[in-house]
Amino acid sequence: MKKQTVAALTAGLLIAGSALANHKATDSTPAEDLKLYRDYFMKKFPGVPLNEFQNGVYAIDKVSRDSWEAIEEFPPYEPMIEDGEEMWNTPFKNGKTYADCFPDGPAQRKNYPHWDAKRGMVVTLPMAVNECRVKNGEKPLKWAKGPITRILAYMAYESRGQKTNVVIPEGDAAALAAYNDGKSFYFARRGQLNFSCASCHVESAGQHIRADILSPALGQTTGWPVYRSKWGELGTLHRRFKGCNKQVRARPFKPQGRQYRNLEYFLTHMSNGIEFNGPSARK
Amino acid sequence: MKELNRRLFLKSSLAAGAVTGTGLLLPKAVLAKWPANAFHSSTPDEALEKLLGNAHPVESGAIKIKAPDIAENGAVVPVSVTSGISGTESISILSTGNPTPLLFSAKLGPGAKGFVSTRIKMAKTGKVVAVVKANGKVYQASKAVKVTIGGCGG
Amino acid sequence: MAKSSIKIRAKEKGGVVTLKTLITHPMESGLRKNKKTGKLIPAHFIEEVTCEANGKKVFVAEMSGGVSKNPYLSFKFTGAHKGDEVKLSWVDNQGGSDSATAKIR
Repeated sequence: MKKQTVAALTAGLLIAGSALANHKATDSTPAEDLKLYRDYFMKKFPGVPLNEFQNGVYAIDKVSRDSWEAIEEFPPYEPMIEDGEEMWNTPFKNGKTYADCFPDGPAQRKNYPHWDAKRGMVVTLPMAVNECRVKNGEKPLKWAKGPITRILAYMAYESRGQKTNVVIPEGDAAALAAYNDGKSFYFARRGQLNFSCASCHVESAGQHIRADILSPALGQTTGWPVYRSKWGELGTLHRRFKGCNKQVRARPFKPQGRQYRNLEYFLTHMSNGIEFNGPSARK
Repeated sequence: MKELNRRLFLKSSLAAGAVTGTGLLLPKAVLAKWPANAFHSSTPDEALEKLLGNAHPVESGAIKIKAPDIAENGAVVPVSVTSGISGTESISILSTGNPTPLLFSAKLGPGAKGFVSTRIKMAKTGKVVAVVKANGKVYQASKAVKVTIGGCGG
Repeated sequence: MAKSSIKIRAKEKGGVVTLKTLITHPMESGLRKNKKTGKLIPAHFIEEVTCEANGKKVFVAEMSGGVSKNPYLSFKFTGAHKGDEVKLSWVDNQGGSDSATAKIR
């Protein structure tokens, strides 16, 4: 069914020179995709170094970059990083800490998301955090906002500089299927406004939608959790997936459900090689 | 005699709601200082009249405002004001498009430089106005800032 | 135990101290409506921020709910040096307050 969706949409997407729109999910391998996307965006935004895409819109628009830099200079999420550090250091009721689940420390971003072959699913960092809590007798935290964003902010901060390195294990058909599921989701039109993620963030990246400039897909996963001025607080990637789906008037999916985890798997892979730089501020 | 005065003093401060740590009631006198009439004014003229006694500051090129030409999100607009006027005593910031334009007013104490930076809310496209009081006179400068409605839930 | 809502960065260079502060506070103007109930969210904002250096009031900022949530403030002053202490305090319209100190670097 997914193959049909993608094939049907590609027939409708006649974007000259955009090889991305004109192929089915299974037509290209993850490695080929990576090269395709990088080439596409670097050609679309000449002069922007690969790593700079980690800053989204601010990598391609000078006007908004100035006030963004003013905010990042003493960012509103700084106290939340400290809150997160306190969470990391506070033992659970059973005396254990997060360090017992993550023995090599809080700098975990480079390890997520990853394919868990045993469980046959994509595992994300928020999932791993909550699984650590539940394993140690604590309640899981809500996925989109609140306390989870603080510990994620701390872990993201400690992970700054690590390179994105999502692996689709060779020969693992289930992993590839999850990747392709994410890819199909990305290119499938949805909602009353009938946009796909790609409509805005691939084809129209850098263009205006009313007064917003659409950020390129490349580098979109590096800065999470994000303090959006609009939210007035930190939020997770899946919170934003939900928001974006709602904005095209499509039914949103559950944070940390299969669709968004596979989407995250695909999308993060696209940014392989780009450094993590969370938490970050956005409008 | 001193003892009596001391007891009276304690009694009156308790009656006013003395501080006993953070987050609790403060003496009314402290709260009354906030210039509500200026902050509640609905026009810049009225606000300046109430705050500084002068609704018509003189334009001055010695006041520099740093603010974005286009504010990505009206809820958080970084603004910096530098006053090159010697004897600057206070710097105030107004946003003409806000229902109550006066947002901020800083009194500079001994040694303080003519500089202030903060982040303000702008309800819509308008001017950020910086007003400086120096040596009994009032000066102003302004910068136009566009506030946009985003397309992505912004 | 309540953590401080105030973060301070104070640096001295060439005799001028640049102080930057970030305060955690909702800064509700009283004009926003609760989307779910339709009722106005009560005004809750910092009215005054005071900075003292070596016991002297260097700066008193008065503000309204028109200042952004989690307010940021920066100003400069002379008359204090590396190692000196600065104290920042705020008072809000609901009678809340907090203060913090930091050493100038």
